[in-house]
Amino acid sequence: MGNGFDRFAGTKRYITSADLRHAVNVSVALGRPLLVKGEPGTGKTLLAHAVAEDLGMDILAWNVKSTSKACEGLYVYDTVQRLQDSRFGDKNVSDIRQYIRFGPLGRALTSDRQVVLLIDEIDKADLEFPNDLLHELDAMEFEVLETGDGYKATQRPVVIITSNAEKELPDPFLRRCIFHYIAFPDEALMAEIVRVHHPDVNAKLLKQCLQKFYWLRGLEGVRKRPSTSELIDWLGALMAAGVPAEQVEREIPFLGALIKKPEDLDVALDKGGPTASSRNFRR
Amino acid sequence: MEGGLFLPFFFRLRGRGLHVTPTQWLTLVRGLALGLHGSSLMGFYSLSRAVLVKDESEMDAFDLAFAEQFRGVETTIPSIEDEVMRWLKTPLPPFPVDPEWRRMMDEVDVEALRAELERRLAEQTGRHDGGGKWVGTGGTSPFGHGGFHPGGIRIGGERRLGSAVQVAAARRFREHRRDLTLDTRQLGVALTKLRALERRGPADELDVDATIDRTAREAGELTLVMRPPRANNLGLLLAMDVGGSMEPYRHLVDLLFSAAHGARHFKRFAHAYFHNCVYEHLYADSCFEERVPIADVLRRYAKDTRLVLVGDAHMSPGELTMRYGAIDYYERNDEPGIAYLARLKEHFAHAAWLNPMPESWWDATSVRIVRKVFPMYPLTVEGVARLAEDLGQG
Repeated sequence: MGNGFDRFAGTKRYITSADLRHAVNVSVALGRPLLVKGEPGTGKTLLAHAVAEDLGMDILAWNVKSTSKACEGLYVYDTVQRLQDSRFGDKNVSDIRQYIRFGPLGRALTSDRQVVLLIDEIDKADLEFPNDLLHELDAMEFEVLETGDGYKATQRPVVIITSNAEKELPDPFLRRCIFHYIAFPDEALMAEIVRVHHPDVNAKLLKQCLQKFYWLRGLEGVRKRPSTSELIDWLGALMAAGVPAEQVEREIPFLGALIKKPEDLDVALDKGGPTASSRNFRR
Repeated sequence: MEGGLFLPFFFRLRGRGLHVTPTQWLTLVRGLALGLHGSSLMGFYSLSRAVLVKDESEMDAFDLAFAEQFRGVETTIPSIEDEVMRWLKTPLPPFPVDPEWRRMMDEVDVEALRAELERRLAEQTGRHDGGGKWVGTGGTSPFGHGGFHPGGIRIGGERRLGSAVQVAAARRFREHRRDLTLDTRQLGVALTKLRALERRGPADELDVDATIDRTAREAGELTLVMRPPRANNLGLLLAMDVGGSMEPYRHLVDLLFSAAHGARHFKRFAHAYFHNCVYEHLYADSCFEERVPIADVLRRYAKDTRLVLVGDAHMSPGELTMRYGAIDYYERNDEPGIAYLARLKEHFAHAAWLNPMPESWWDATSVRIVRKVFPMYPLTVEGVARLAEDLGQG
């Protein structure tokens, strides 16, 4: 496609599967929000940053909280500031516009340039939150009630939405999204990802570590399975401490970097993985 | 892509249970027109999956449909289990009891029956099936299971006619799942009406009227008045009847539970279980292992907690009106069941009963007795909405 399909190809810092790249490109070409789900630590949030970097766009991040309201993403009218200003007469308080503050979505829709809008962890908010965004995401326009001003995006932003599946999202919302589920990377892809973060990692150490890492993930009874980011931290610790690959073969040093729950630590210790040095790590 | 292969794919997906809408389909067509599939089957696969699939749980069904459609592979995996579950989910009306039997059932003296069971068990020396006196399966003796006696004691075994007065065997019921995906949203929306808005917590909302008032009183010196935002302070206790005649409605009750559990607007949400009627205890789990004495329930939950009981209220009237009338042999209630229900109602000013059975079946004696204590609503989206409205403010 000449008009810029296949625009996103992954970046040097962010390794993706072909599937995910395709989903991103479909979403950009069709002008639909991309909904990304997947295990924690599979790089959902980083994806948006990588897309922005690769497409050479600015990124606007909207971190959704349990108290977030959809309208806050568009704009907030600062009544208190206006009242305060009215006391001193040094500002023209009759101009409401200067008290309208755009939220991330509002800024994305009013930007002159095309931007990437990240709506992070949308499932944290209220049940109605995604539904309240339907119109804005569909029509890419909104109105400021206090001033009656209407805004319509000249450049349709690239919208990337992440969800940890804490809560179900409403169907009408889902139907409008391009959906992608980030599967947990296999060993080959994982090796590639690790090399991005630790370019000078010893091949033998990496192989040994991956083996232990996937062994830990596969253990029955482990409640919080270690994720990519934990693997990267663990490797960083091993390299900083100069632990040789042979030692990783025998035991799991710095187990605490991989396992975060005491119960899981017990499971790992029972299965005979690590030895004394990792026990010492446990506080 | 020729039409002969393309459109059937749409219907095959729907047949596999994916709720693909025409709009989504048109989005896919637009993507194809833009060449987003890169003229390859693999490209078409990921394009159509990205557009049509809405949840990772649907991916498997999508893959199956895709394989069937485009490789000519006929899979014959449609799970038999699902089919059987579908039969089981269509409940038959309660066993038609002719008036003569109904009269006999209403007259049954559960205490005498229990005494008789104990006497016969003491006399009986071994297994006995069929016949009209000894405890066993089949036959017309009032004791045992799989038999026909209008008002007997069922001992273990499968439900057949639903006319047993007591079940004296340990049962296991599956715990309710919290992750049901079907239509919990509709119920969730209905439940949003169940709220009691109050202003509590930190004052971080500007009270415009009070601010104007105070500012005017201060002769124009701006005085900001803040107040706490309105928030829902409503607690909900959901008590569910499980097992026995409730089995056909398990899915429906699961939906309600998922919806209530997923609704974030309650300040407090708790759930408990009972069988047919509430007696000395509620149960924290649906296996009836962890008992919560009623006295504790009354102490633990404030009077303004909304109590919603879910059950078919279909039982032998004796279970409500007689001492030791409980269907469970081990329950041994000192007071008739109705007294416990009345006690709950007295404590919880806002209480109601949700019945999964259609309203046309609500003329059974036991249902009528329960309705004297609790207002009853059908367990439908509309019924839940009505209940939420009635229990909400106030």
